[in-house]
Amino acid sequence: MTPLLSVQDIRKTYGARVGCTGVNFDLYPGEVMGIVGESGSGKSTLLNCLAGHLEPDMGRVVFDTRADGPVDTVTMSEPERRKLGRTDWAFVHQHARDGLRMSVSAGGNIGERLMAVGERHYGAIRERAVDWLGRVEISETRVDDRPTDFSGGMQQRLQIARNLVTGPRLVFMDEPTGGLDVSVQARLLDLLRGLVREMGLSAIIVTHDLAVVRLLADRLMVMKDGHVVESGLTDQVLDDPQHAYTQLLVSSVLQV
Amino acid sequence: MIELRNVSKSFTLHNQGGAVIPVMRGATLKVAPGECVALTGASGAGKSTLMRVIYGNYLAASGQVLVGGLDVARAEPREILALRRKTLGYVSQFLRVVPRVPTLEVVAEPLLVIGCDRQAALDKAATLLARLNIPERLWTLSPTTFSGGEQQRVNIARGFAHDYPAMLLDEPTASLDAQNRETVLALIEEAKSRGAAIVGIFHDVDARERICDHEVDVSDFTPGMAA
Repeated sequence: MTPLLSVQDIRKTYGARVGCTGVNFDLYPGEVMGIVGESGSGKSTLLNCLAGHLEPDMGRVVFDTRADGPVDTVTMSEPERRKLGRTDWAFVHQHARDGLRMSVSAGGNIGERLMAVGERHYGAIRERAVDWLGRVEISETRVDDRPTDFSGGMQQRLQIARNLVTGPRLVFMDEPTGGLDVSVQARLLDLLRGLVREMGLSAIIVTHDLAVVRLLADRLMVMKDGHVVESGLTDQVLDDPQHAYTQLLVSSVLQV
Repeated sequence: MIELRNVSKSFTLHNQGGAVIPVMRGATLKVAPGECVALTGASGAGKSTLMRVIYGNYLAASGQVLVGGLDVARAEPREILALRRKTLGYVSQFLRVVPRVPTLEVVAEPLLVIGCDRQAALDKAATLLARLNIPERLWTLSPTTFSGGEQQRVNIARGFAHDYPAMLLDEPTASLDAQNRETVLALIEEAKSRGAAIVGIFHDVDARERICDHEVDVSDFTPGMAA
């Protein structure tokens, strides 16, 4: 089987400081991978390098495109990479306002991504938008409201709808449940899990919340100071951590 | 179906002076299809550890852990995940679920992930829940608020939803009343008769004698405990 995404020896530095270095992994279709580590460990830098938001200093990010098979997205032209960003890829930001257009209606936010891939029929766009609002549990009556009128949890669900409406194959998520209260988090996790299974999505989720990765991720990568210190099956890494830092991380979680 | 060859396991506690605690050495056992092997030994001898090593939850330090031809000790995460979806079931002592998901869905999930028809999966889940005496009015609720005994039965229903060729059972009859215990033993016997290879921990001696074909004393694999 061809990996959907093959990451080879990625390195990104900020001057003398190392963002992330020596990162290698293959992600297969339908797999969800979590990346955990404390703030400053390089996990967001890595995610942004993978998603084409940052240019790595070295390394390859090979994506198995529908049309041309495996292509290195780092050396791809900017228009091609942008096209990938609105078709096969999706990016869910920690702060919904970074991923939404706050002055456009909820329906418009979802419709915009459809229009970007060539959908032109207003009725069809509105119908898909309403359908997706339903799937992320936002009432149809809110379709013409702006995200500024939504709660934080609703904004996050709207951002997910906007990202998934075009049927991407790979979703990048940066702390998707960060900043939400626990009841809203649970609802969002349940929603994400269902969507990942129904749509057969692959996803890379960056978080510092070990409970989130236990529920969502099949595989886990632990980062510290820009390096991957441990990786493997999620429950194995959490229940039988091998590296000193992972042991510290796991034992530091407060029990409820 | 399940075979362990000379498996060892130790824990290295990096944050406690790098202490190395050997917990298992030379573990060897073999379970054929349709056979049930009971793990015995005192509390702390490593019964659950051995089970977790077979499931790939604990990383074996050395040796081979073969389940359906795959060496779990060396396999890639995605190979172990595929094994757990299709081949190897595990009924642990604790139910771990996503909050808010209804009980019926929790039980049907192992069938849904292997692409079983949704209605067929829900029907099977309903049958199991009914057999295990979970009242129908609870099926639409999340099991997180259920009593301990109810959660355990939901966990068993979930574990038996898919007909796994290999199963690990960690005290499946503990703290069940006589009627539910009987149902669980019947489920295990049915699994055996369809050819499942089972490794179980049973403190319930009667259950062990009824279900298990032979016993393996894990104390034999415990460093410093072997007679």
